[in-house]
Amino acid sequence: MSTLAYLDWNATAPVRPEVVEAMSEALRCTGNPSSVHRWGRAARQAIERARAQVAALVGAAPAEVIFTSGGTEANHLALRGVHEHRVLISTIEHESVRAAVAGATLIPVTREGVVDLAALEALLAAEDQPAVVSIMLANNETGAIQSVAEAAAIARRHRALLHCDAIQGAGKIPVDFRALGADLLSISAHKLGGPPGVGALVARDGVPLSPLQRGGGQERGRRAGTENLPGIVGFGVAAELAGRESLPSAGIAELRDAAEAALTAAAPEARVFGKTVQRLPNTLCIGMPGVAASTQVMALDLAGVMVSAGAACSSGKVRRSHVLAAMGASAVEAESAIRVSLGWSTTVAEIEQLVAAWTVLYRRTRSAAA
Amino acid sequence: MMTAAPRPAAEARRNARPIYLDYQATTPVDPRVLEAMLPWFTEKFGNPGSVTHAYGREAEAAVESARGQVAALIGAEPREIVFTSGATESNNLALKGAARFHREDRDRVVTLATEHKCVLESAHALEREGFRVTILPVPLDGLVDLAALEAALDERTAIVSVMAAHNEIGVLQPLAGIGALCRARGILFHTDAAQAFGKIPLDVDVMSIDLLSVSGHKVYGPKGVGALYVRRRPRARLTPLVDGGGQERGLRSGSLPTPLIVGLGEAAEIAAREMTEEATRLRTLRERFLAGIRVAVPSVRLNGDPVRRLPANLNLTFPGVGALELIEACPGLALSTGSACTAAEVEPSYVLRAIGVSDELARSTLRIGLGRFTSERDVDFAVDALGEAVGRLQAKPVKTQSGASI
Repeated sequence: MSTLAYLDWNATAPVRPEVVEAMSEALRCTGNPSSVHRWGRAARQAIERARAQVAALVGAAPAEVIFTSGGTEANHLALRGVHEHRVLISTIEHESVRAAVAGATLIPVTREGVVDLAALEALLAAEDQPAVVSIMLANNETGAIQSVAEAAAIARRHRALLHCDAIQGAGKIPVDFRALGADLLSISAHKLGGPPGVGALVARDGVPLSPLQRGGGQERGRRAGTENLPGIVGFGVAAELAGRESLPSAGIAELRDAAEAALTAAAPEARVFGKTVQRLPNTLCIGMPGVAASTQVMALDLAGVMVSAGAACSSGKVRRSHVLAAMGASAVEAESAIRVSLGWSTTVAEIEQLVAAWTVLYRRTRSAAA
Repeated sequence: MMTAAPRPAAEARRNARPIYLDYQATTPVDPRVLEAMLPWFTEKFGNPGSVTHAYGREAEAAVESARGQVAALIGAEPREIVFTSGATESNNLALKGAARFHREDRDRVVTLATEHKCVLESAHALEREGFRVTILPVPLDGLVDLAALEAALDERTAIVSVMAAHNEIGVLQPLAGIGALCRARGILFHTDAAQAFGKIPLDVDVMSIDLLSVSGHKVYGPKGVGALYVRRRPRARLTPLVDGGGQERGLRSGSLPTPLIVGLGEAAEIAAREMTEEATRLRTLRERFLAGIRVAVPSVRLNGDPVRRLPANLNLTFPGVGALELIEACPGLALSTGSACTAAEVEPSYVLRAIGVSDELARSTLRIGLGRFTSERDVDFAVDALGEAVGRLQAKPVKTQSGASI
């Protein structure tokens, strides 16, 4: 009770100490990166260093990286900036992709939450119009990893562009812009140990993109506004750290699997969403049958365990997850699912705290029902 | 008052870091702001959207407190403040958001030729969408002609956008007068207050402002954060630019950057406390600068209204001397020719051109921005250094065609 267990890393992650150090220094530097005096030039150099660091994390060229205010803006810039007639998105995309375009064609997913590639092929074949396809690298609620490279190959055959929202995947699994074959790729700093308020859109050289935000012509005219210098510097350092740990996730996967085993041992009828497919090593989406997610989250909060009932976003309203609905979950099933997400500093003790609190709640509701 | 011979203090400065005289481009983060921000990167890192748990609620409370601090500085209610990634986004959201929302009944946008690029670019983007855009000329003093503005308004005008304090020439527009004209006609009044917020008193009710843009890094807060004030009564309605998680009452989706927002809040609170005294101090420094430079360079000209201007801004023309050469000749000073966004361009300032300054004189113009950490000694040193450099450059043969040699 006295200690807190933070298990909501997919909502946001603490900023890494090295990042804070670099940012503190940058925050003490004055200088607008567009100014030509030496302070401005120093700021410009720091930004270009960070651009190279972020590019390296995803195997892109520095010139392909456009800094934005975060993942939501990057997704908007990608989908609204390309002006294709037709936009196809999967049914499990993040709200920031779903909201970016009205009337997008939806690509269904399987019961385990991976995009149905045959359906994508059929949808693209059905209409011969310039199109952009948006498929996330890994789902934020279930952690299910998508077949982005295969989807990109299909898109290419139909002369469609592919955008990949890699916000939840970057830093957790390796990302290679070229190997994925994506034309556009969104990432966010605060999901990988960097600060909130900064993200990037990686745009393949030659992809036509018109800006959302106009003004001073920063980011080579693709994103106006004085650059968030400390944020960008922090993003760069976080990207470098994330890239250096080639498999940061081995220990995390073990902890996640231990949590999953303990919870399903306590409640054998609990459904683990995306259990049979490749998932992010840190994510567990599990339903406690018959108990509303809001009840679970509250009970866990009282026990000092912080998880979520889906995406963090707006309001704390616990809404029925569109992701789980798309996977064919019934309303009751979807409303009973919580998301547990781990990070580099997660401990065995935190997992034990979760398992204990969740099991107590489960037994209490069982005995109340009996 | 000023002497040509360098003082010992000034002499000692020569090897130190250059004196920063570009506070309109960006301001250093106040150490008190930085201190307030730091815990929100590390131990208090929750997502303010995660209100189902303690870390999220703690972050949400911090964001709401900052919202109150920002609102208090302009006489607004906390829920009228929408956090953004900066003033460029705020200006884009205000113009495009308001115009697009009112497209059916009002399709006209009115602004000034001297507005910031991001306002003018937003207006041009709206023009391409079919809006009618009127860009009013501005007289030499840089102040809007209210009669001309009034004549430009009609029942199809959706929004008027006029900058509160100018980023290059520092002039303060008659906001209350513009607000009254707009309010009487049901037109939304937007003001880009990036340079004014925290520098001069602003009151959204007294000035009948419906939308007001704020920047963090112009007020000793961090870069990467800003705000847009959106009036509730009578309600200023906007179409959002970014949708998604529905943060900021649906007007601006995206995870909120708690540390940056806390920093903006703290910066606003410090300004609320210290603005009056600071403005007096800076005005004195500015007048000292101006008096000194007039002695050292009698031909110097001040652009923009001499009185109705930011306490710490000067925009000075040194006839016959190229601004870029002058900057090069003063390595001890961090100076600029105008807006940082276009600082690397060799084209003379469109703002100076708009108020009728010739290209030749515009190429001989520097923007001087003093600020919170400028001392009297800095001013004296800068005046000496500039005066000396101008003297040296004026002695050289004048380049008539392209004063701005690289």
